[in-house]
Amino acid sequence: MPAMERRFDIAVVGGGLSGMTAALALARAGFSVAAIERGEPGRVLADAFDGRASSVAYGSRLVLEALGAWERMASHAQPILEIRVSDRDAPLFLHYDHADVGDHPLGWIVENRFIRRALAAAVAETGGVEVVAPAEVVAMTRDDAGAALTLGDGARIVCRLAVACDGKASPLRAMAGIPAWRRAYGQTAIVCTVRHERPHRGVAHERFLPGGPFAILPLPGGMSSLVWTERDAIARRVLELDRERFLEEVAWRFGDFLGALELAGPVWSHPVGLVLAARLTDRGLALVGDAAHAIHPIAGQGYNLGVRDVAVLAEALVDGRRLGLGAGDGGPLEAYARRRRADAMAFVCVTDGLNRLFSNRLAPVVLARGLGLAAVDRLPPLKRLFMRHAMGTVGRLPRLMRGEAL
Amino acid sequence: MATQADRARPDSSGTVDAREIESFSSVADRWWDEDGPFKPLHRLNPVRLAYLKRSVCDHFGRDASSGRPLSGLAIADVGCGGGLATEPLARLGAAMTGIDASDEAIAVARAHAETSGLAIDYRPLAVEALAASGDRFDALVALEIVEHVADRRAFIAACCRCVRPGGAILLSTLNRTARSFVLGVVGAEYLLRWIPRGAHTWSKFVKPSELARDLRAGGALVEDVTGLGFDPLSNRWFLGRGVSVNYMMRARLPEGAG
Ligand SMILES: Cc1cc2nc3c(=O)[nH]c(=O)nc-3n(C[C@H](O)[C@H](O)[C@H](O)COP(=O)(O)OP(=O)(O)OC[C@H]3O[C@@H](n4cnc5c(N)ncnc54)[C@H](O)[C@@H]3O)c2cc1C
Repeated sequence: MPAMERRFDIAVVGGGLSGMTAALALARAGFSVAAIERGEPGRVLADAFDGRASSVAYGSRLVLEALGAWERMASHAQPILEIRVSDRDAPLFLHYDHADVGDHPLGWIVENRFIRRALAAAVAETGGVEVVAPAEVVAMTRDDAGAALTLGDGARIVCRLAVACDGKASPLRAMAGIPAWRRAYGQTAIVCTVRHERPHRGVAHERFLPGGPFAILPLPGGMSSLVWTERDAIARRVLELDRERFLEEVAWRFGDFLGALELAGPVWSHPVGLVLAARLTDRGLALVGDAAHAIHPIAGQGYNLGVRDVAVLAEALVDGRRLGLGAGDGGPLEAYARRRRADAMAFVCVTDGLNRLFSNRLAPVVLARGLGLAAVDRLPPLKRLFMRHAMGTVGRLPRLMRGEAL
Repeated sequence: MATQADRARPDSSGTVDAREIESFSSVADRWWDEDGPFKPLHRLNPVRLAYLKRSVCDHFGRDASSGRPLSGLAIADVGCGGGLATEPLARLGAAMTGIDASDEAIAVARAHAETSGLAIDYRPLAVEALAASGDRFDALVALEIVEHVADRRAFIAACCRCVRPGGAILLSTLNRTARSFVLGVVGAEYLLRWIPRGAHTWSKFVKPSELARDLRAGGALVEDVTGLGFDPLSNRWFLGRGVSVNYMMRARLPEGAG
């Protein structure tokens, strides 16, 4: 039997958070889209698949609203009203209050499983996306006409543009020969959800401990998601503890301000590392999300960066189409790369710098960071800029992030 | 100034400068390679297309916000090369004819249009031959070509003959100023290696006043001149008033002429 071949304007490879957001935005912009994911759809959407929670910045929320996905996760979204940043050596360095920057929250915390389901439901309702899963892209060829992807079963997907949302190890990035710059932190992120006695009142905590940052992200229903970054060797031992001993270790770092803690689900772990692609585009190919830039989870910005990639890519392609340019033509891709490069670099530097600064116990560094952060706290304009950056509302915003139509 | 090319290549005829054609033909297979020798044209393309779309829509009273605003218009792209502007104009709805004196460029353009699924009438012709064919177009575009032809006045006259009364002519080219010499020839060709060395002969660059005179001689009236500027910081082209390096020009063939 000859291998099957199907044609689309765009093939989105990877059905993670970035990929589903990309497929949704591009289909709603009027392109025919194949959404390819190697995982089994049922498994990817199950509770047990992804235990993380993501912070959704205000700018990302506007995009998700415009795409019809926010309303499907809104009831699971916990507004962040305050962020408290502290260090073991000093109780409070930085305090971000949403009242300082306007009348909306600093962001929302949503468990990834709810984001995945909301996106999947919105995709299912949008004409113009064909979900191809489970299917793994095993080879890619490109020419003037675009890209041709070969799937594990030999079928072919031919498209003008391949959008690689295939994560930090990005097979497509490797197939295209785009080099990636990497930094290993020797850290593991331990992720779990805890139920606590006292209410969190919408406060997120970021605590800089010697092994790495420890984040407490408020969730609806008296629960919080923990992201505990720890040196690999210690993390390995922590993950071997039974639940009771594990909770003791958590409580020791977490403090007792929320009362007694209880594990609400399994404990996950993710290696932490920085990966930055040398280029965001290549002939007939655009990198989006972690495939373009996987950053340290310290600032909770990974998904937000992906959402911004998607909003800018969709806008560049729509603007190009208005001039008669095809989805794989150089003009729109060049515009995408130009507009995204600076933002991605800024986040890489900030998150990388913060992590290295805070995972260090040398006295001068401890002193410097105390002075530095304390200074930021006393300079309202700088602090507001930091906050708006984290909220995703700095710079030339793509139309979707201004709540406008494409 | 008598061009050296005419002496070097006896097969030059009419407005075609054989040496120019040869230098483009030798790299024809790279027309669509965005990082190849035509990279500056790919960079320039979105802003050129923005001007063309806006101008043609203005001229013919079309709604620029509709999906295929140029539908029903017959447009000729003279010196179309690999079809970098021809294809987008076809996607905007125009019935496109692309001509180029280089057979290699036409072969590349045809093959590319096929992969793009676009029906475009490509012909390996010089503009005099198109004028002689009797075909008349609603609009004619000639982008980055007047600075390469052997006899500019004859070239523009032939372009004017291809357009029906009431139609439009759209040109883009490089101005002959000290600035364009530094930026276009020294900068683009020698320093940045954007374009093959020797691709441009600065003395053949055209002042807007000279181009306007040639158009008037051909019976067309200039209605607009717009500059193209390059911002090296953001690495992008924009439309503006400064015409000292690249510029675009729009002219009308009056009703009852032709
Ligand atoms: C511990 C941790 C905590 C984090 N916390 C936050 C946070 O609070 N806020 C935030 O915004 N971000 C956070 N992030 C980052 C965030 O999770 C990611 O940036 C986000 O999930 C975007 O990922 P992605 O869709 O680009 O890639 P991924 O989620 O890695 O998805 C890639 C997908 O591609 C598929 N795939 C790969 N190769 C192929 C192939 N060849 N064929 C078909 N399919 C393929 C994979 O199966 C996978 O589903 C965190 C990350 C970690 C590790």
